[in-house]
Amino acid sequence: MAIIVDRPKLKWWEHLYLPALAQGMRVTLGHMIRSLRGKTKVTMQYPEEKWDDNLPEHYRGAPALVTDEHGRERCVGCQLCEFICPPRAITILPEEIPSDDKWAKVEKRPKKFDIDMIRCIYCGLCEEVCPEQAIYLRKDYAIVGTSRAEMVHDKEKLYEIGGVREGLVNKWNPLK
Amino acid sequence: MEWQIIIAAVVKIVVFVFLTLLPLVAMSVWAERRVSAAIQDRVGPNRVGPFGLLQAVADGIKFLLKEDFTPKHVRKVYFWIAPALVMVPALLTCAVLPFGSQLFGEKMVIADLDVGPLFVFAIASLTVYGIVLAGWASNSKYSFLGGVRSTSQMISYEISLGLSIVPLLMIYGDLNLGRIVQYQAENGWALLPLWGEGLSVKGLLLAIPVFISFVVFTTSMFAETNRLPFDLPECETELVAGYHTEYSSMKFALFFLGEYAAMIIGSGLAVTLFLGGWSLPFGWLAPESINAEVPWWHGLIHIGVFFVKVIGFILFFIIVRWTLPRFRYDQLMRLGWVFFFEIALFNVILTALILWLV
Repeated sequence: MAIIVDRPKLKWWEHLYLPALAQGMRVTLGHMIRSLRGKTKVTMQYPEEKWDDNLPEHYRGAPALVTDEHGRERCVGCQLCEFICPPRAITILPEEIPSDDKWAKVEKRPKKFDIDMIRCIYCGLCEEVCPEQAIYLRKDYAIVGTSRAEMVHDKEKLYEIGGVREGLVNKWNPLK
Repeated sequence: MEWQIIIAAVVKIVVFVFLTLLPLVAMSVWAERRVSAAIQDRVGPNRVGPFGLLQAVADGIKFLLKEDFTPKHVRKVYFWIAPALVMVPALLTCAVLPFGSQLFGEKMVIADLDVGPLFVFAIASLTVYGIVLAGWASNSKYSFLGGVRSTSQMISYEISLGLSIVPLLMIYGDLNLGRIVQYQAENGWALLPLWGEGLSVKGLLLAIPVFISFVVFTTSMFAETNRLPFDLPECETELVAGYHTEYSSMKFALFFLGEYAAMIIGSGLAVTLFLGGWSLPFGWLAPESINAEVPWWHGLIHIGVFFVKVIGFILFFIIVRWTLPRFRYDQLMRLGWVFFFEIALFNVILTALILWLV
């Protein structure tokens, strides 16, 4: 059923259009004066003012590898992250840990660990799937390079971003 | 003697048109962007130079360096001539605007014509040709529709624009803009007759038709310069960019600058006719008569006052643009023909009655 909405009956002075004009001017001038006095601030002056202080706790930035408190790399080269990665950004080449090594009982470690940051979609599945809690999404967001090769983070770079994580980190934090 | 006149005219043209008006056009583009940003709670261009003041320079360089593309399907001659036809009349009209009283015994107006407002309307109408040619020569439906709309709009509003200043000319009894400003300096601005002869029953009664004239004139000026709320010729939601859809680079910039130059000249004319031009309120520092000697620092103050008023008017233009939504086309035509035309005519009669009876 059609609903008929009556047009509002306008007074003669409303037909003049001028009161509406003044009303509109009041709104826009109000906004203008407020923003000229610095009362409204919605724009971040990006290169001078960084996101860093304003990022939420659960922000998903660049993925990175971490070492534990003994300086051992946590990654055991199981390749789960490589398999789950939706855009296939991760490439891992695992190797066996030689028997004379201090951590020989861990058996496996990555020889090469590359993340192609052009492909990465920051979904955080690698972090979620990792049984060893070795890969984390950090808050780095400005990842730049002048060539495709530069945009691939190798193992060294990943550890540099990741740093050290001590203890068992609460992986199932609802915010994560 | 002849040489002196020519040199004075050249100096005035260079200083007023090239060193004041064109930078003012550039600055009004900057002001437009900053004010619109402030109204919309944004920041606007603030990177190039202090407060982004050099943004206009960057824009100019960008326009010069862009590819000047002429599509295959256009009529080349008219396509090339159209942007100039928009820009040139806008700059020509400033010849009769008195932008100051006197400086070193020289009248601060490029051409002291006795038909000032008529000259402005005659030349400003030529802008229509530029737009028609642009719309037609582009050979594209959007340009064509934009050109048609602009033409009918400008022709319709030219009538009320012309009629709206008739009451003023009846009051002043003069068509020389310099003498009109001098009269206002002595006897109160048209809109603010609070001193001199203006402060009388007759003067205050005349302020009523003058105010109606002002509303009609300002609105018609908006329509003439194709600015919102009357920017139907180039409304991007319907016509891409209207008559300059096919234009790029400096040719587009000429349309753009032409619009702003027309806006500044329009503001200058409105200020001269209604708000006392270069004169200060209450007859301060007003010269004794049109030919009286004016100290040079008075002259400088008068020039400053004129530009302050013009800039204020431009800001009004800008704020209105970012406040009002666009009209529908039939509303625009109705407003022009049914309301403003009649109001302007009635206003002439009202003024005549007041002048006759009071």
